[in-house]
Amino acid sequence: MITNPLRDPQDRRLPQIAGPCGLVLFGVTGDLAKRKLIPAIYDLANRGLLPPGFALVGFARHDFGREGFAKLAKDAAKAGARTPWRETVWKQLYAGVRFVEGSFDDDAAWEELGTTLAELDESQGTQGNHAFYLSIPPALFATVVNKLKQHGLAAADGDSWRRVVIEKPFGHDLASAQKLNETVAEVFPPGSVFRIDHYLGKETVQNILAFRFANGMFEPVWNSNYVDHVQITMAEDIGIGTRAGYYDGIGAARDVIQNHLLQLMALIAMEEPVSFNAKSLRIEKQKILANARPPARMDLHTSNAQYTEGWAGGEEVEGYLQEEGIPADSTTETFAALRIDIGTRRWAGVPFYLRVGKRLGRRVTEVAVVFKRAPHQPFNRNDVEELGQNALVMRIQPDEGVTLRFGAKVPGTVMEIRDVNMDFAYGGTFVESSPEAYERLILDVLLGDPPLFPRHEEVEMSWQILDPVIEYWAHQKTVDTYPAGTWGPESADKMLERDGRRWRRP
Amino acid sequence: MQITLEHTNSSAIAREMVRARLASGSPAMDVVLTLIVVCDDDTVEAALHSATTLAREHPARVIGVILGKGTGSPDLHAKIRVGSEGSGESILLRMSGRLIKHAESAVLPLLLPDSPVVVWWPGSPPSDPASDPIGALGNRRLTDAEAASQPVRNLTRVAKHYTPGDTDLSWTRLTPWRALLAAALDQVQSPVTGGSISAGSGNPAGVLLEAWLQSRLKVPITWHRVDQDQIMLVTLQTKAGEVRVERASENSCTFSVPGSAPRTVPLTRRTLAELLAEDLRRLDADQIYGATVKHMLENR
Repeated sequence: MITNPLRDPQDRRLPQIAGPCGLVLFGVTGDLAKRKLIPAIYDLANRGLLPPGFALVGFARHDFGREGFAKLAKDAAKAGARTPWRETVWKQLYAGVRFVEGSFDDDAAWEELGTTLAELDESQGTQGNHAFYLSIPPALFATVVNKLKQHGLAAADGDSWRRVVIEKPFGHDLASAQKLNETVAEVFPPGSVFRIDHYLGKETVQNILAFRFANGMFEPVWNSNYVDHVQITMAEDIGIGTRAGYYDGIGAARDVIQNHLLQLMALIAMEEPVSFNAKSLRIEKQKILANARPPARMDLHTSNAQYTEGWAGGEEVEGYLQEEGIPADSTTETFAALRIDIGTRRWAGVPFYLRVGKRLGRRVTEVAVVFKRAPHQPFNRNDVEELGQNALVMRIQPDEGVTLRFGAKVPGTVMEIRDVNMDFAYGGTFVESSPEAYERLILDVLLGDPPLFPRHEEVEMSWQILDPVIEYWAHQKTVDTYPAGTWGPESADKMLERDGRRWRRP
Repeated sequence: MQITLEHTNSSAIAREMVRARLASGSPAMDVVLTLIVVCDDDTVEAALHSATTLAREHPARVIGVILGKGTGSPDLHAKIRVGSEGSGESILLRMSGRLIKHAESAVLPLLLPDSPVVVWWPGSPPSDPASDPIGALGNRRLTDAEAASQPVRNLTRVAKHYTPGDTDLSWTRLTPWRALLAAALDQVQSPVTGGSISAGSGNPAGVLLEAWLQSRLKVPITWHRVDQDQIMLVTLQTKAGEVRVERASENSCTFSVPGSAPRTVPLTRRTLAELLAEDLRRLDADQIYGATVKHMLENR
């Protein structure tokens, strides 16, 4: 491997282009492929970040042939792309588009896939580098990776690589996560497995790292001396929609807390990594996940509930049990909240409150770091009556940005202090340039750069935190409820009241 | 919101801007840099249009400076726009009389506190941008050799006074070519023994490409003169075979490397706003550009 004389780390105009490679997409007709993956691939090509001979292979049990698949991809890219449509970019992609027809148990189709990849190495110069993107239900993972192995597609020779990309859910509890991992690990080494958590590809989530570790003024107060507690919220205003089949039996905690919220918590709580390579980041995140404890008293510090019919955002909506495809006796939670304590010197005594739910007040994801009150107030009690606790809020989506909440004097002759907001809006400061999470993640897969992908250890640690909570909920006799369009059940409010705190209205 | 101020001064302009911002209902300032556009009556419209388009990616306070006649008593007119058509805000300053010799005095009070300042000359630049009174206000100075009548001469004239922070837009126009050539050598992994460029002799981007390739590869690059203005073809000889990037149409080229079949890849001509957006992504000095112009001057 000689270094490329035309590249220089100082030359930051030149984009970091993925080396020669191809992507094999399983589940091409799925929602995710059409709405996110194919548009992201087009956007990457349009930004000039894909290698000139990039190949895109579709594998599905449909007889649409190469042209049919190309049309599907073109339509999807046109509909979903973030960057302007350019016919020349599409033509370049089109040259590398292939389609293999077959079901996952059809050995002839797998042989054909092998021939197709060899032909692409020849015609497009992909040099044996291929990533397999499994945009399919987890139940099929085992079949697919075993077939890849059986037909010699999972192993690469020489300098070339084979990688596999999987999407959440990574199991539904610790045991199933371990089983899933074993299946994949039998075929692919850990460094070649990319678990996509699209949340981690979001610019605003990566900004948490920049915010914490590139600045000097926040880190000194980022500990139990100054922080009272942390609230992490991921609220959706929609119901379960068409996801009934997937959602029922899974619930809010498994769907979102296990991956997105615990990862966010780890990024907020972790110590400074010694560098930003994948390994150092993982070490720090794992320390937090290993020391995060679910509540000792589940009855006091967890809350789970289902939404009932009501008015949400000016529309009358059905309750969870009335949604299509949901059994009338379902106990699946659509709202989950719990307290987590992290056993480190930095966070001892600082609870992290996590909550997530559907049909809540509005769609918002945020992390609020709430500070302790000033130890002494020189003002009399009337003056500071309207002063709350200082807070620093990272708004992950929508309306990405950072808010700092502090007290200011109300203009006038009397001393009266009231809370005000200081806002930084991502959208206002760096407009339009921010790429979709999937663009970033697909490019990282092709570059082989894994800092943003959770490893199986992290997945398993997250289940260890959540398993006892879910088990406790499974033994409850009744299911708590909350009207659609509100901020969750009373039990969630009570849970914070017990600690002398209250939820922010995000 | 548009406000016109006649016979005014900088503090009155600044006061009006704060008032306009409050009136538009968004007192928060999202702008991240000040972009000073030094232009004349002929270029002002196109230049400010590019600058406003640019403000969509980099919200900026755009200050257009038109230097009028140098005779008569000093006078300053201003046109302020806040909060309509996209983010950012703009001020157009029209100066005349003895003021044009002290234009920086009117601009200085209007710079955003602490934020980077970029000075752009859409037309003919001063020969020493960093020593120009307005140029001296900037962290980054953008010239455009192609806008002048003798582009290559203009490029070398400005390059002689290169100061970190200077770049020419012909260098920015070159980025897609450089990206393709770098991608080619990512694939070929074999020492380069020589190369050639086919371009019009008056093309400043071609001259910079030649200097860049020579300084990076340390091999002779021959120049084939063609009738077209653009860069038409670049070849690199390697031990493994020839790398060839040839313009095929206005927005595509043929890309061939040893060991795989030639392919058509996009190579679009970008708008001025897109070029500026690329330049403003980095507000520190472009060392590679510095090294390239140094090499260019030593070898011409």
